Amino acid sequence: MINVLLITFLITLFYVAIANRLLTYVKVLAFQGVLLFAVVFIQLSEINTLNLILILMETIFFKSIAVPVFLAYILKRNKITREAEPYLPNFMSLIIVTLICVITIVLVNSIKDNQLDKIFFVVALSALFTGLYFIISRRKIITHVMGYLIIENGVFVLSLALGSEMTMLVNIGIMLDIFVSVLVLGIFANRIGDTFEAMSVDNLANLKD
Amino acid sequence: MFGYYLILILLLGTGTLINRNTSIRILLLIVFLATQTAISIYGYLHLNTTELGGNFGYDSLGVLFLVVLTVLSYTTIFHSYVYLQHRKDSSIQQSMYFSALIILIGAMTSVYLASTIGIMWVVIEVTTLSVAVLIYHERTHLSLEATWKYVFICSIGITFAFVGIVFLSKALQEEGSVNLSFTDIPGHLQNVNIFWLKLAFIFMLVGFSTKMGLFPMHTTTVDAHTVAPPPISAFISTTLMNVGFVAIFRTYSLMAHTSILPWMNQILLWCGFLSIFVSTVYILRVNHLKRMFAYSSLEHMGLTAIGLASGGIGYFAAILHMVLHSFVKASVFYQIDQVHRVFNTYIIQKTGSYFKKNLTGALVMLLVFVSITAMPPSGMFVSEFLIFRSLFESHKILVFVLILLLLTMIMWALGKNIFSMLFLPPGEPDDHIVKINPWESSTQFILLTAAIYLGLNPPSAFVQLINDAIMLLPK
Repeated sequence: MINVLLITFLITLFYVAIANRLLTYVKVLAFQGVLLFAVVFIQLSEINTLNLILILMETIFFKSIAVPVFLAYILKRNKITREAEPYLPNFMSLIIVTLICVITIVLVNSIKDNQLDKIFFVVALSALFTGLYFIISRRKIITHVMGYLIIENGVFVLSLALGSEMTMLVNIGIMLDIFVSVLVLGIFANRIGDTFEAMSVDNLANLKD
Repeated sequence: MFGYYLILILLLGTGTLINRNTSIRILLLIVFLATQTAISIYGYLHLNTTELGGNFGYDSLGVLFLVVLTVLSYTTIFHSYVYLQHRKDSSIQQSMYFSALIILIGAMTSVYLASTIGIMWVVIEVTTLSVAVLIYHERTHLSLEATWKYVFICSIGITFAFVGIVFLSKALQEEGSVNLSFTDIPGHLQNVNIFWLKLAFIFMLVGFSTKMGLFPMHTTTVDAHTVAPPPISAFISTTLMNVGFVAIFRTYSLMAHTSILPWMNQILLWCGFLSIFVSTVYILRVNHLKRMFAYSSLEHMGLTAIGLASGGIGYFAAILHMVLHSFVKASVFYQIDQVHRVFNTYIIQKTGSYFKKNLTGALVMLLVFVSITAMPPSGMFVSEFLIFRSLFESHKILVFVLILLLLTMIMWALGKNIFSMLFLPPGEPDDHIVKINPWESSTQFILLTAAIYLGLNPPSAFVQLINDAIMLLPK
C-alpha cells in the first residue's frame, strides 16, 4: 500500500512537469499533502493521540489546506496569468524529470545498505531535485515558492525513509518555521507583485557588480 | 534562566512592536540590553551546564560568541538609533525595526547556546526570517529584490542542512542512538557507515554556508549587505556570519574523530580557497562601498575555513579570527553610515576628500584599512599569521603562496578605493556640508582598539575560552 502511495506521489511530479495552469500546481500540492498523510498514517506503528494530532496538523491542515488556500489567494490577488510560463517546453520538462528519476534510481541502487528502504529514497531524492528543477526553469516568482514546497515534501519523505526520530519540540519548531517561511515568502511575493507589473524573476536582476 | 530569557525576549519584541512612544521604546531597549548582558554574564559564570532539558547549554564556544554579540548589540542599537533619527522614519517603521532587531538578537543567542542539532536548525531559520524584515527596511526596489533572494536562498539552504541532519541521524540510528545532542553524537560515530557521514557533512556545509557567506552560497549575503541599513549590514557581516561559523564548526567537530577528517579538510580548504579567489575577482572591479566590504567579509570567511582545514594551531586561529573580524567589520559598517550621510551615495567614484569633510570618520577609515588588511599592529595580523603558520605546518605550501598573492591583490584594491575616498577630491564637486558629531565615532574607536588589544595581548580568560572550545578536536 505504501508503495502505491509513493509511486502516486512520483507520478504527481510528472504531472506538474507538464501542467500548464498555476492552479493545477496548487491542487497537486494539496493532493501531495493527502498522500503524505496516508503514508505516515500507515507507517505509524503505534497511534498516540498527540502524535496523530501533530501529523494531522503537519500534512492535512498545513500542506493540504492552509498553504494551497494561501497560494490561491496570492494568485487571485495579484491577477497572475494562468500559465506557468516555463523557459522550456513541457515535453523537455517531462524528459528532464524522467532523467532525474532514472538517475536517482541508479544512484540509490548503488548504495550498499541493506536496511535501506529504496522506494522511499528514490521518491524523496526525485522530489528534491525536481523541485530544484522547477525553481530554475520557471519564470514566475510564485512557481519558485511552489518548487520550494515540493522540495519540502521531498525532505518530509526522506525523513520518513530514514525513520529519523526528532523530539516533539524540534518537530513543532520545524513545522512552524516552514509555515512562517512560506507566509513570509508569500508576503514578499505580494510586494513584488505590487511594486512591479509582473511577478517575474526578470524584475529581480538589478543587484550586480 | 534561559527559559526566562526567551520569554522576556518575546515580551520585549512584542512590546516594541506595539509601542509608538519614543521614550518607552528607549526604555524597552535599555531593558533588553540589560537582559542580554545578564544572560552573557550568567552564561560565563555557569560554563558547561545545560538548561531546558538539555536543549540549551553554556559551552565555551557559544559563550564566547554570545559575549561578542552582546558587545555588538550595544553599538548596533546605538547606531540604529542614530540611523533612524537621520532618516526621519515614522514611528511604526521604527517599532518594526527594533522589534525585528530584538528577535534577531534573541535568535542568534539561541543558536550559539543550542546544544542539540535540531534546536540549532530551528533557531537558525528564525534568524533568517527576522533579518529579512530588517533588510527590507528601506522599502526600495533593490531592497525588495535582495530580501526576496536572501529569504529564498536561505530557506533552500536551510532545507539542505536539514537533509544533512536526517542523514546524520540515519548514520546514528545504525549505531542504535537517536540522541542528537552535540556532546553525545561523537561517541556513537566510531563505526558508522562513512557514506552517510560524508553526505551529511556536505549537505550541512552547503546549508550553513548560506549563513556564513562562504562560497558557493555567498551571493545572497553580498546582495543583502548592499541594501540593508548600515547597522544591520554590520550584523549580517559579523554576528550572523558567526552563526554560520558556529554551525559549521560544531558539525566539523562532531565528525572530527572519524576517518573522514582528511576528506572534510580537503572540502573546507577548497571552499576557503575559492571564497578568497572569488572575493579577489570581484573586489578588484567593485565600485560600491558596501559591496566592497561584503566581499572583504567573504575573504575573511575563506581564511577562517582554511584555518579550520589546516588543523593544529589553525583551529585556535580560526576562532580568534572570527572574533577580531566581528569587531573590525562592525565598526566599518557603522562608519559607512556616516560616509553615506556625508556623500549621500555608496558609489566610491563619487566620494572624495573625506578627511576635510569628517576628520574623525576619516581617521576611523584609516584605522579600518590597517585592521582589515591585517597589517601590524592590527589584531588580525596575529590571527592571519597563525592561519598561515598552520598552513605551513600542514605542508600546503602551494595554497599558502596562492593565498598570499590573492591577499596582496585584495590589499591593493582596498587601499586604492579607501585612499581615493579619503584624499582625492570628489569626481563632481558639491558644496553641501553635513556635520557629523565626532562622538558618534567613539564606538568605532573602542571596537577597533578592542580588536588590537585582543589580538596582541589576549587576556587569559579569552584564551582559555578558545582553548576549551577546541579541546575536543584532534591535535
